[in-house]
Amino acid sequence: MIGGIRFDSVTVAYDGNVVLDALDLTVEPGEVMALLGPSGSGKTTALRAVAGFVRPASGRVFLGGQDVTDLPPYRRGIGMVVQQYALFPHMRVEENVAFGLKAQRGRTKVPKAEIRTRVAEALEMTGMAAYARRYPRELSGGQQQRVAIARALAIRPGVLLLDEPLSALDARLRSDMLAELARLHRELPDVSILYVTHDQVEALTLADRIAVMDRARLQACGTPRELYRAPANEFTASFVGNANLLPVTVGSGGGVVFGGGEIEVGTAGVAPGAKATLCVRPHLVGLGDGPNRLSGTVTEIQWRGSTHRLYVEVDGRRVIADLRELKAPPAHGDEVTLHFSPDDATLLAAGVGHG
Amino acid sequence: MAEVVRRLRVRRGWSRPRGGSRTSNTASRPWLAAVPPVALLAVLFLYPLALVVQQSLQPDTGGTSFQPYADVFASDAFREALWTTVWLAAGSTVGCLVLGFVLALVIAFVPFPGARAVARFIDVFLSFPTFLITLALLFVYGTVGMANGLWTDLTGAADGPFQFLTTPWGVLLAEITYFTPFVVRPLLAAFSQLDTAQLEAAGSLGARPVRIVRRVILPEALPALAAGGSLVLVLCLNEFGIVLFTGAKGVTTLPMLVHSKAILESDYPGACVVAVVNVLISVGLYGLYRVVSRRARA
Repeated sequence: MIGGIRFDSVTVAYDGNVVLDALDLTVEPGEVMALLGPSGSGKTTALRAVAGFVRPASGRVFLGGQDVTDLPPYRRGIGMVVQQYALFPHMRVEENVAFGLKAQRGRTKVPKAEIRTRVAEALEMTGMAAYARRYPRELSGGQQQRVAIARALAIRPGVLLLDEPLSALDARLRSDMLAELARLHRELPDVSILYVTHDQVEALTLADRIAVMDRARLQACGTPRELYRAPANEFTASFVGNANLLPVTVGSGGGVVFGGGEIEVGTAGVAPGAKATLCVRPHLVGLGDGPNRLSGTVTEIQWRGSTHRLYVEVDGRRVIADLRELKAPPAHGDEVTLHFSPDDATLLAAGVGHG
Repeated sequence: MAEVVRRLRVRRGWSRPRGGSRTSNTASRPWLAAVPPVALLAVLFLYPLALVVQQSLQPDTGGTSFQPYADVFASDAFREALWTTVWLAAGSTVGCLVLGFVLALVIAFVPFPGARAVARFIDVFLSFPTFLITLALLFVYGTVGMANGLWTDLTGAADGPFQFLTTPWGVLLAEITYFTPFVVRPLLAAFSQLDTAQLEAAGSLGARPVRIVRRVILPEALPALAAGGSLVLVLCLNEFGIVLFTGAKGVTTLPMLVHSKAILESDYPGACVVAVVNVLISVGLYGLYRVVSRRARA
């Protein structure tokens, strides 16, 4: 089956309460798209609209170019993996993986011998071949999730939907599985993956593109690098990576005014005198003198092994600096000067609410 | 379900030493605590039961012998009653399981307004006396019931077409109607434990609704079906009110036989023999159920 998902102005509402507002988004064949957002942002609803478990109030959903809005879930040929695995408890691992193949009927009916090979193949691919005869309850969480992935891949779907697949796993296992998913994607270059997560690390690591969602709306969509280096708005800046967001006024001579000081930054396309938000990533802030100085008082200092995190109050705003481990870190209450390069700062339209 | 059992086992495991220390406090007379329940059981249940067994071994001719058993087992009336009882109970159980499963599926998985109200009503239904439903059926399908009344009014015929209520089929209908909620109740409890993500996963893997019911829902409902089914089977074997109230003269079940032998023929030893057989069948089935259910859970 050909991959590719297209949302055409998809709106979902429960009892008049809009949970997904006119989503327009295209996932190319073979692309990994992360839907990133806090809970209640509509990202899971978008995934469920693709799977066919929620019916859009308006708009169309396309799979591989075909309009599937009115098709029941069992006719969409989608692989789906959810947070809680949802394996069938009374079936062995191999029976779980064979379930989707046995359910195929008519033109796509799979012969018995082929079911066997494809089950073995899917288990091999997820490293679970040795556990074929086990029951789900005899497996760890990570192993169960691998079986769930094998079960979804066995039907050779064009589209794979992953709904917070790693959220139930502990941190260490999560990073292993992340690498595993990246490998699976390399082995299945034609499969489109829609990956719903609230974890920016998972999204940055795995996705070709990230769609940032908040309050039922798509906030931004782009490659991880674009979103990280040049976020489109304050929400994206604070949700994709950490960000210092400072309210500024655009000056007349290029650059902005923050508190009492001038800051040099690209102001293309913004009229002098306008309010704006300056975004600087904490790890791009340096300690000591340099261009674009910010002076203030240390309110807190955290040693994090390889880095020191400094909280500095500058003109009533908190600025965070992540610094490579300091030999002589400043003490609480010290006056310090921070700096950052003009290239590392981005000017955003002044936001409402986030900041 | 297995999770719950495991947790219970763990809890029982660590509670044992505590229980032990508690009994050691009253170690002087631990048996004292057992006196009230045993005495109550003895007076209310065991003594009458013993009397029944004793009576069944004392023929009217005097002495103690198995003659009443030989007489009863040899009689056609008993054999026929035994067969009627068993097939009615088995048929009702099958009917209740099928109907109950379908009803529970609809109530649990098909969203319709009032589903909760229906589930509530089933709880209330369980508390109704058996004869009530039989009376209701009599009003509807009885010889002078609504259905026949409508028919005779419309056609002018002397009799209506609905005469099945006094046949075994009438008893079967009444028993299925009355006992189905006993199957629905545990099924609804089992379905509420079912992870809907499993149903969605099955759907996205290409399974149609029928396949999801057969391959995903049914296997997980089996313990609840076994529990509800065996309860209904035992209750049907011992059902008296329904058979009496349908007025089905040709339908003699074991409890009816006890009634007619004791009250109408004054054959007390014979009645007690039938009663003992009835009790043995019930207890035997209950034991079988315990063994099966324990194996199913292991």
